Amino acid sequence: MSQAVSMAEMVTLTIDDTQVEVPKGTLLIRAAEAAGIAIPRFCDHPLLDPAAACRECMVEITDAGNGRGFPKPQPSCATTVAAGMQVKTQQTSAAAAEAQADILELLLINHPLDCPICDKAGECPLQNQAMADGRTQTRYDGVKRTFPTPIALSDQILLDRERCVLCTRCTRFAEQIAGDPFISLVERGAKQQIGIYPEQPFDSYFSGNVTQICPVGALTSADYRFTARPFDLTSTPSTCDNCAAGCAIRIDARHNSVRRRLAGDDPQVNDEWSCDRGRFGFRSGHGTDRVTRPMVRRDGALVAVSWPEALTVAAEGLALAGESSAVLTSGRLTEETAYAYAKFARLALKTNAIDCRVRQISDEETAFLASVLAPADPDKAVSYADLDQASQVFLVDFEPEEESPIVFLRLRKAHRASGLKIVSVAPFLSRGATKLDAQLIATRPGEQPAAIAQLPADGDSLILVGERAAATPGVLTAVLALVEKTGSRLAWIPRRAGEIGAIRAGLFPGLLPAGRPINDPDAQIEMAAAWKTPVPLGEAVSPLNALAAGDQSTTQAFVIAGGELADLPDPGKAAAALKQAFVVCLESRLSDVTAQADVVLPVSLPEEVTGSLIGWDLTRRPVNAPVSNQRSPMTEIRVLAALTETLGLDLGFRTAAAAAAELAGLAPWSGPISRKPEASAVPVDSSSVVLASWRQLLDDSRCLDGAEQLLAGARPAVAVISPQTQRTQGMATSRYVRLTGPAGSITLPLVVDPTMIDQAIWVPSRNLDQSLASLGLAVGDAVTLASAPEPGKDGVA
Amino acid sequence: MTDQLTPVLTRNWGTERSWMIDSYLNQGGYAGLKRALTLTPEAVMNEVKDAQLRGRGGAGFPTGLKWSFVPQDNPNPKYLVVNGDESEPGTCKDIPLMMASPHTLIEGVIISAYAIKAHTAFIYIRGEVVHPIRRVRQAVTEAYANGLLGTNILGSGYDLDIIVHSGAGAYICGEETALLNSLEGRRGQPRLRPPFPAVAGLYASPTVINNVESIASVPSILAYGKDWFTAMGSEKSKGFTIYSLSGHVHHPGQYEAPLGITMRDLLALAGGIRPGHELKFFTPGGSSTPILTADDLDVVLDYEGLAAKGTMLGTKAMQVFDETVSVVRTTKRWVEFYKHESCGKCTPCREGTWWLVQILDRLEKGQGHPGDVDALLTVCSTISGKSFCTLAEGAVACVTSAVQHFRSEFEAGLTTPAWELLPYGASSAFAQADSEVAA
Repeated sequence: MSQAVSMAEMVTLTIDDTQVEVPKGTLLIRAAEAAGIAIPRFCDHPLLDPAAACRECMVEITDAGNGRGFPKPQPSCATTVAAGMQVKTQQTSAAAAEAQADILELLLINHPLDCPICDKAGECPLQNQAMADGRTQTRYDGVKRTFPTPIALSDQILLDRERCVLCTRCTRFAEQIAGDPFISLVERGAKQQIGIYPEQPFDSYFSGNVTQICPVGALTSADYRFTARPFDLTSTPSTCDNCAAGCAIRIDARHNSVRRRLAGDDPQVNDEWSCDRGRFGFRSGHGTDRVTRPMVRRDGALVAVSWPEALTVAAEGLALAGESSAVLTSGRLTEETAYAYAKFARLALKTNAIDCRVRQISDEETAFLASVLAPADPDKAVSYADLDQASQVFLVDFEPEEESPIVFLRLRKAHRASGLKIVSVAPFLSRGATKLDAQLIATRPGEQPAAIAQLPADGDSLILVGERAAATPGVLTAVLALVEKTGSRLAWIPRRAGEIGAIRAGLFPGLLPAGRPINDPDAQIEMAAAWKTPVPLGEAVSPLNALAAGDQSTTQAFVIAGGELADLPDPGKAAAALKQAFVVCLESRLSDVTAQADVVLPVSLPEEVTGSLIGWDLTRRPVNAPVSNQRSPMTEIRVLAALTETLGLDLGFRTAAAAAAELAGLAPWSGPISRKPEASAVPVDSSSVVLASWRQLLDDSRCLDGAEQLLAGARPAVAVISPQTQRTQGMATSRYVRLTGPAGSITLPLVVDPTMIDQAIWVPSRNLDQSLASLGLAVGDAVTLASAPEPGKDGVA
Repeated sequence: MTDQLTPVLTRNWGTERSWMIDSYLNQGGYAGLKRALTLTPEAVMNEVKDAQLRGRGGAGFPTGLKWSFVPQDNPNPKYLVVNGDESEPGTCKDIPLMMASPHTLIEGVIISAYAIKAHTAFIYIRGEVVHPIRRVRQAVTEAYANGLLGTNILGSGYDLDIIVHSGAGAYICGEETALLNSLEGRRGQPRLRPPFPAVAGLYASPTVINNVESIASVPSILAYGKDWFTAMGSEKSKGFTIYSLSGHVHHPGQYEAPLGITMRDLLALAGGIRPGHELKFFTPGGSSTPILTADDLDVVLDYEGLAAKGTMLGTKAMQVFDETVSVVRTTKRWVEFYKHESCGKCTPCREGTWWLVQILDRLEKGQGHPGDVDALLTVCSTISGKSFCTLAEGAVACVTSAVQHFRSEFEAGLTTPAWELLPYGASSAFAQADSEVAA
């Protein structure tokens, strides 16, 4: 028993002649579980408020603890324990067993019994409990209620109403957990059913959870429906690679291909929930763009060649460039793969120009991550449990629902349970922040540092900072000053799953593994000893600088792993820089980067890779491969080892396990750490309208390719301005706004939000016709707005 | 026999424009309020407690005791909610009362709200009954105009607002927690208890929910005193109440009499069974209460008397049926009502009423399957004792009591349609004319 439980007031009662001691206020059904007694149930769910609607979990209470029993059976899911209570479940009470069998019989009279064609069959609580606790034969010989089937609650979630037992787990989830009450009971009596308001679908980033908690086959996802039988699947526990939350997931595969992902059960992280991106965002890599054979560019075109030939071409090009080469990887790598790149760059390329951040960065952020994140002690890091304990949580440049959905759910849970106060430093109160009842500190982009300095934080406060802090000078400096002043605790939450692991593994400009500053002589000596080769002493700059320099770049070769140009601050210049350099791509799919590559080395898909990911809470969690790597692509580690070998060197490992062992063998760094950032805010012109932006959870990210129904649930791209900005910009009657940047313009529907700060406009970064970056725009830029006709209706070709 | 009538609530129903405030005041209306406002809220509560007024909505819980459950140290506002969702088959007392004398109710609301220190009261009226809703709204307007509502009522310093809310047509909203949900704009389904409404009811604040007739009985207690009230009625069921007689009686209608009157006396007041016919069965308190037969004419119509007979006083709605009536048909109609009105929240009620109707339908058509009568009882026991609220118990009660008293009539449903056994035309109000035409 944990400390918290032993501190609670305990109550002793008897269930089926077994004495149980449970905390006061425990529900009977939970107490029975503690005694190892499973009571059948449908509506009950430990993470939802009790409903007592299905009446399946009836038990006999012969003594309520006051010497008197209940004359009728009671629902154990809604009855709290009392000292001295005597409870008899179906195991010892004929009355309880009969009550449960009665309810099961009633539940089945209108059930279609279509198990042979139902996705749930084989993992169905109704099926299982009907077999375990029901009668063998029904006495019902009447007419069953029928409905047209299925109906779509959204593009993703389908409802077979005939199968529904109306337990309301789904509606309670939507209302209580996700805060998206777009599904509800409609009609009444036997015609009662789950429904949506016409033309208002079940719009939730968490909608997939209802298919998992549905105790029958009523709710299914369009994504998984009719693709497999549960008993044909092999399940692999793993960690979600869609964001840095570190959710436990279960990956189910059949015939060596992934059929679905389910939320795993990790009470320390995601409870039993997952976001729809984590659940359904695993289809990329199975399209026609999959690269399965090595390719080299000949006469301007990529042609398939043998592995030895491709490795030789790559090695020759990289050797020619020597130290003026750079390594840029995606932020979704496992820690082991990231370590392989970090070592490959230093050992084989002799370069310190490496980075894992394919997004907007700043020197301030680089200093922040090197000095604060990389050397942090995981045992002292902010954890999910700390979200429950905090007195207040400040969100700085961080929209949890969009950028780390499980952090959002945990904040919402803490808010619901104990009224946790949440304060958001943002340009407007987003939908997610509204669902957290967050207090808004409205700030224009660029003005956050001043607002941060004024935050009423204290020693029990938490400050959660998003990766977007890098876009505004002074934010991270101001946050560190606030932490220093108030004693609050700080967590940095990036969007991508692999960034923290990669930074701590040394895939970062200026850092060797375990937070060793590259310019520290002791660190150089330690790593040289470990790697048996001197570490390069060249300038530690991010390859993003070279890509931003365009054709002025002096970098002669790039090794690029994953990522897409649209993620970069200036896609046009990056393309120009790549065009003039020698480019080796380690990729599983063709992309706008492989289009610039001289050599493409195919690598495994994420589901074929084992290793570990480090979440924002600095906890390492395992990644397991649900499918084996049967086709020609090798893991990135193996490809890097081969490339190193072709260069005449030895990477030292060829598998994730060996890389992990080597990484674990490195001593922790106890020497000095690099300097904290000292950047000041840049004054923002008060007369201009400035741009605010972040990426939404579901956008045109290539990771989500192929997940059609998932993407149908993406929030539409709109532009948000305040009523006053609407007036001052002369847009009183406009329904659309045209936003123009140096490299182009886009037209978006206009939303006037009274919580929006004046003299600013918010648009999403990516799910536009063109990304904001490709328009030449970045957060904090002054923009011009113009009223625009509806796109396609302006009469202009 | 007429001396058994005790018109208190119904006293002014026959006067000219009885629903207008002038008429009510001329009859001595609002005297109870004037006295109540000279007392402390606690004294008013004690007066009602001592008068032993019990809830007239069916359950018979002591009204004053219910008021005392409101935690006065709770910082939230207190609310009084009046349950006027009268929808039970056979029950017709609250709606005529609100039609004829809405000010009796309003006076009761003001006194009761004063007693529990509420400053907002809601009158929730069944949505189908548009006319009484208009009358009560008009009366509330009149009360405001006469300083009986709003701020500083009659110079007492006490403030009260009344909000009249019309339901959307659901029997279940007569269940108090479903009513609260409906009043809050939510789906009309009962809530899990605890918390009980007295602690966390409307808008999670302490709330008292009383039936229209209970509240309407309060002004007379304050005007004439608890001793006057307890002088009427039986030992544990004090005071007067409205009995609603419908069906095959000579003069159907509302009869106000002391609790404890016998069915025999009440029938006599209504002029007996219609001429040429005899009593077959009756409901003592609406269709949810197990039926009684001609053998039970001497049953005492109070809470204890009917409980002793295995039934309930309920809403004191006597639906009276003579020997021309098919009990199978009647039971099916009642259960169809419960099936239609089941909110769907819990399994036994939702699925069980669906099942019962199918069996009853077969039996009515003479197409019953062997074992169907036992199946009825089995399904009833499957439902009974497991439902979320008592709606399903009502459906079960009318079936089990009907089979208990008239099993052979149900057995006949295996072979003979009910309309052949007991031609439906004979039980209609126009049966005489029909038979004359036929002759």
